[in-house]
Amino acid sequence: MKRLCICVATIAFVICFLSAQRLLAPKYMESLHEGALTAEYYDDEKDNDVLFIGDCEVYENFSPAELWKAYGITSYIRGGPQQLIWQSYYLLLDALRYETPDVVVFNVLAMKYDAPQSEAYNRLNLDGMRLSRAKLGAILASMTPEETVLSYIFPIFRYHDRWNALTSEDLKYFAASESVSHSGYYMRNDVKPANIVPEGPKLADYRFGENSYKYLDKITALCESKGIDLLLVKAPTIYPHWYPQWDEQIRDYADEHRLRFVNFLERAEEAGIDFDTDTYDGGLHLNRRGAEKLTDFLGKLLAEDYGLEDRRTDAAVAAIWREKTRDYERMAEAQLRELDEYGEIRTFTY
Amino acid sequence: MYFTSSAFVLFLVVVLTGYYVSPGRFRPVWLLFANSFFCVASGWAGTACVAATCLTTWYAGKRMDRLSKSLAARLADADLVSSEAKALRRRTKEQKRLWLLLGVCVNVGILAVTKYSGFFAQNLNAMARVLGLSFTASGFDFALTLGISFYTFKALSYMTDLYRGKKTEAAGSLVQVALFVSFFPELVQGPISRYCDLSPGLFAGRIPCRDEFCAGVQRILFGFFKKLVVADRLLPAVVILTKSPDEFKGAYVLLTMWFYAVVLFADFTGGIDIAVGVAKLFGIDVTENFNRPFYSKSIAEYWRRWHITMGAWFKDYLFYPLSASSAMLKLIKPSKRIFGKGVGVRIPVYIVTTVLWFTTGLWHGASWNFIVWGLTNGAIIIVSQELSPLYKRFHARFAFSETPVYGAFQIVRTFCLMSFIRVFDIYAGVGVTLGAYASVFADFGREGFAARSVLDLGLSVSDCVVVALGVCVMISAGLWTRRAAYKGTSLTARVCLCFLLFLATTVFGCYGIGYDAKQFIYNRF
Repeated sequence: MKRLCICVATIAFVICFLSAQRLLAPKYMESLHEGALTAEYYDDEKDNDVLFIGDCEVYENFSPAELWKAYGITSYIRGGPQQLIWQSYYLLLDALRYETPDVVVFNVLAMKYDAPQSEAYNRLNLDGMRLSRAKLGAILASMTPEETVLSYIFPIFRYHDRWNALTSEDLKYFAASESVSHSGYYMRNDVKPANIVPEGPKLADYRFGENSYKYLDKITALCESKGIDLLLVKAPTIYPHWYPQWDEQIRDYADEHRLRFVNFLERAEEAGIDFDTDTYDGGLHLNRRGAEKLTDFLGKLLAEDYGLEDRRTDAAVAAIWREKTRDYERMAEAQLRELDEYGEIRTFTY
Repeated sequence: MYFTSSAFVLFLVVVLTGYYVSPGRFRPVWLLFANSFFCVASGWAGTACVAATCLTTWYAGKRMDRLSKSLAARLADADLVSSEAKALRRRTKEQKRLWLLLGVCVNVGILAVTKYSGFFAQNLNAMARVLGLSFTASGFDFALTLGISFYTFKALSYMTDLYRGKKTEAAGSLVQVALFVSFFPELVQGPISRYCDLSPGLFAGRIPCRDEFCAGVQRILFGFFKKLVVADRLLPAVVILTKSPDEFKGAYVLLTMWFYAVVLFADFTGGIDIAVGVAKLFGIDVTENFNRPFYSKSIAEYWRRWHITMGAWFKDYLFYPLSASSAMLKLIKPSKRIFGKGVGVRIPVYIVTTVLWFTTGLWHGASWNFIVWGLTNGAIIIVSQELSPLYKRFHARFAFSETPVYGAFQIVRTFCLMSFIRVFDIYAGVGVTLGAYASVFADFGREGFAARSVLDLGLSVSDCVVVALGVCVMISAGLWTRRAAYKGTSLTARVCLCFLLFLATTVFGCYGIGYDAKQFIYNRF
């Protein structure tokens, strides 16, 4: 009887602990939506021809729905805000537990960071990862000195003080979250032209760090070991500044490892991107219109140079993507309607 | 290594696992290894001090023990005549005293250099300035994280007990002395255990039973609750209140003293709970340091219930020896002549009491604040003793003094008085503290709560609610302890309590990023 009572108490405790953890963890549904991106991957179909990894320059600039519509290529973006290269590596490692894409597209801007940067961005990228060796690796590689592994495994130890700041959002999304992305793409339909682009500040040293190269090597080796083509890209956003010295180093690396590197900044005009209409924040990120143009350009390259097949004739896949594109169109319409009506976007989840 | 850090939790898990899987005879050695790691993790300077204390204590103890044994062997010799035996005893005692003095000097010397040299230098410089001398002394600047005052007192008690030849058997080896002095749960802020009390559990290498283990975990969790939920939530408000005494005066000084009383109680008893609980997990019983001090009806009673091991130490190793010293005994006669029989007999006691409280104040911290605070305590106790006949007459005349209401009044009065003088700990100087006291009487109405909002103290309404609930939990726990209700508590209830404490501390505790890992207040004493 005593044992039974202790068992019941233990189960009740575990339920209370996990419930408190769920309640106190940020939901990222009504603000800071990017924090929900990492977790969404696990609920999606895992049969992708292309996997994107990298920072905001992938999840805001490429549209998997457009890639499907135009080329019948299935894809997913495992991007995150200020995703550091070791996080990209471990997120790729994590994704490869579920699927093996034909091509991995990596945005190289993350090479500029050689050391852990900020706890807040670490959280946005890693909290959504399921517990695995990949997650542990990502945590250990990303932690700033004041962080602890335990608080990543049990986020309640990080977010416990949110009891003071709980909102209706925390209760509304306690049991289940909504989607904020379309296969990892974070949609924005507003427009803010890139009028004034600040000059990139001079740097003391333009060389990428050893740690960045270490993880680029790891990504390269991982893709090679799995028979995946790795495509290095630089998205066409005009700020943060992409220096010629950086470009040269990536080109040298790509040549050395027989990889392809496409700097879309140089080919933005060719892709038809107009920074007066195709960006929503003055050139930092593309809006949907810009993302679709860039995706069309990339899709052509993927289909022609990497031989990715058009899968629109596959009924099962087509059914899944039909629904995805419907959601995509619906949100686009909703956002455009809101822009007309309120002058701002209010719909970020579906 | 802070008790409240995740590193300490990890350390404890590893040490406990090692302790439980080791064969019984290796457990004390494993524990010594853990103590050493704890010291090193807290800094090399602190480790060097602990090591020096262990070595000197062990060596002085060994020499005294050898002298005692040699004396016993010689006394067993039937041929020894009485006068020879007496001379031998005297000579041995002198030799033992020499070793005791040597041990005490080295250990107190380490304490003086590391903790007090800065204070002495500061006062010397101030005196030199007054006298117009071009003289500048400088003290050593050690940032010691280990509680040097605590383990030094443990070492002194061990050597003194050996010298007296009472209660304590000499430790068999350096390992045993080191294990006693550097026992890591007591290293941060006590309790100040005696060798005779701690050593049996320490060297037995015993694994606690399930109930003991559960009680240990419960105690640790309650300690964390007090420290993280109550003390650390309220401490920032106390810091704000005391950093700007010109802004927060009048009624705010009263708020400061009550807040600080709660913070200090939750912080210190929380730390002791963790220490006692951790020791329990190793099957070791540590001397209790508190007996619900805020239920005391007088200052003297308060000091019998608050920091019991320190009070007992001062009583056994300072008050009684000093009271019985030839100097004090010689003083009785002239003081009787001057002050009369009644008061004259008590003069040596008052002198010793003053010395005791001066030392207690100095032990708490190298600053005049603590010395004045200690002397104030002593003065109140002396005045209370002097007025005790008056109290007795008053109580005999008025029957209400036996009622529970009057008892409650005495408790509240003692709490307020103790809280009032305790703020000497936290204001920047004696003058600032006295100014704050004065403002309670001078500016209470004008500069009271109207001047600044309570919310300027960095406490939200919800913080206040959490602290209030935390205080209620501590009061309930006090009542629970008094009724000894825990003795009949089932294991299931204990487990449930542990879960509740863990959840409450996890959610409402102040820790992690955004909070500074805070050392216990008594660690700096």
